[in-house]
Amino acid sequence: MLDLAVKGSKKYWGLLGILGAIVAVGAFFYFKQLSFGLGITGMSRDVSWGFYIAQFTFLVGVAAGGVMVVLPYYLHDYKAFGRITILGEFLAIAAITMCLLFILVDLGQPMRMLNVIFYPTPNSMLFWDMIVLNGYLFLNILIGWNVLEAERNGTHYGAWLKPFIYLSIPWAVGIHTVTAYLYCGLPGRHFWLTAILAPRFLASAFAAGPALLILLCLIVRRVTNFDPGREQIQSLAKIVTYALILNVFFLICEVFVAFYSNIPGHMDHIKYLFVGLHGHNTLVPWMWSAIALMIIAIILLLIPMCRRNEGVLAVACVMLFIGAWIDKGMGMIAGGFVPNPLHEVNEYMPTGPEVAITLGVWAAGFIVLTILYKMATGVKEEAAGL
Amino acid sequence: MEDSRRTFLKLAGVAALGLTTKPVLDAYAASGGKVPDALVKRGSKAMTAKNWGMVIDTRKFTSAEDLEPIIAVCDQTHNIPKFENTKHEIKWIWSAPYHNAFPNKTNKYMDAHSHEVPFLVLCNHCENPPCVRACPTKATFKRESDGIVLMDFHRCIGCRFCMAACPFGARSFNFRDPEPFIPKINPKFPRRMKGVVEKCNFCAERLAMGKVPACVEASDGAIAFGDLDDPDSNVRHLLHANYTIRRKQSLGTEPSVYYIVGGGGSEEEEHG
Repeated sequence: MLDLAVKGSKKYWGLLGILGAIVAVGAFFYFKQLSFGLGITGMSRDVSWGFYIAQFTFLVGVAAGGVMVVLPYYLHDYKAFGRITILGEFLAIAAITMCLLFILVDLGQPMRMLNVIFYPTPNSMLFWDMIVLNGYLFLNILIGWNVLEAERNGTHYGAWLKPFIYLSIPWAVGIHTVTAYLYCGLPGRHFWLTAILAPRFLASAFAAGPALLILLCLIVRRVTNFDPGREQIQSLAKIVTYALILNVFFLICEVFVAFYSNIPGHMDHIKYLFVGLHGHNTLVPWMWSAIALMIIAIILLLIPMCRRNEGVLAVACVMLFIGAWIDKGMGMIAGGFVPNPLHEVNEYMPTGPEVAITLGVWAAGFIVLTILYKMATGVKEEAAGL
Repeated sequence: MEDSRRTFLKLAGVAALGLTTKPVLDAYAASGGKVPDALVKRGSKAMTAKNWGMVIDTRKFTSAEDLEPIIAVCDQTHNIPKFENTKHEIKWIWSAPYHNAFPNKTNKYMDAHSHEVPFLVLCNHCENPPCVRACPTKATFKRESDGIVLMDFHRCIGCRFCMAACPFGARSFNFRDPEPFIPKINPKFPRRMKGVVEKCNFCAERLAMGKVPACVEASDGAIAFGDLDDPDSNVRHLLHANYTIRRKQSLGTEPSVYYIVGGGGSEEEEHG
């Protein structure tokens, strides 16, 4: 099927070229980071994880979100999603690729990365995260590739693949649960120390992932001869709506517990994010923007007339994607580190090189996505006899 | 047949290992059979305990200046760099106001001494260290023999999970090469490279040579160091005779650093 990836229009190669250039800029700064150290980022002794780990966390969610098309099709025999499961699986591959790259660029000594395998440590959540992420990547490559190849050959995929498909469903929940466990089991980090963190991560994942998939479906329809289908997009929209409502609901639960109990350790992080703490308020406008974007998206998605209008739906998806990205990508990680364990407030903002490396990783992921989607839509076009 | 082949391969492997390590052993032989100082090995004079612990008598400090020589000696002993940029700071032992050292034990109205004299803070060498639980490579580990939480700088991948896990902010990361910023290099202790985490090691390298930690030595009796598991040790006697507190005790990490507080006496005299 790789033949489909190397035969493409000028636009296809143009897109890959632009993404490649962004990767090159990112790689340039990454080599600077390698030689200088992580000191070129905005991270500090107090905020020791920043933009990279935040993107990682967010993208694990996007990857897990792919299960929202796989589950209804394979478990509930919802036939309509059969058309687009491959798009969900390939999105998961691209997202996991980015996740792994973000972990890599965040390491202080990346050349020692394999120590995680040489000295396996089951009591570390990072050990399990490595297993579930690589496992999920493997499952999606295996399933996506075989199903697509069978479709191209006009046959049914082998029965041996079925157990892997079923396994991939709880595995998707697993990747985001383990990722939440990285944070929520740490004593002394009250912002993360909440049993609702994994559910909250999953809710935002099942909103942001399918929302991106809706946008990708709309793009695929425009630029290829394959139409993912109106019904499919509308079904995804309903999934996004309820997942997003759950996400906001969980946030309200967190705020209630912290403020009604009036325990300072629990309130301080939320105060820092939404009103500022001791005069430090860098993230305040971001967080309120996230809330506004998510609330407006909920309203747009709940009104049937708006949701059914694909233009409005696209706008709502963009809004909630950005909202969820700020909420999880900026607030969740930095918010957990401010104030620090000694209750000192030292803020974090990513630096230019850090943003360039981040964009480079995103571009690398979108190269993977573009190539995979090129193959998928190519097979779909062939199958339709175009 | 299978067996003899396996045996042969094993022997060949051992032989090859022997050949390659020969030059290394020769190098040691060339240095007069003396083990290099950097190699921390327990000597015959080594201090041992089941569970090292520390008791800091905060009553004996009367001002922030009293803490400075203690911090300075640790910095010199362990090749700690001095960075202008506080974001990249490396701290093993440092001073913090009471409300930062004990954020959930702060009263609305505090005694003058606790309010005015900062506290020494360092790694607590917890009995249940969350940093050890979090580390994915066992680069940070609790030494079974004496309870010290140590770092292997050569195994650390720099993921900084331990820094997120530590409830005491006791860990520092080398955001850049520290070497140019070390005021005076102590050749007896390893320098670190960029990209690894570090923290207080209870002077494991000094204990191995029969010396108490550098901060204890410099503290003029204000810091006691001993075996928490030995009912007859100096630290246990202090803990028996004085009311002490520990940092964030409620988190269940069981810190091994205790603080004797209540230094109001002398202050009262001064004010009275």
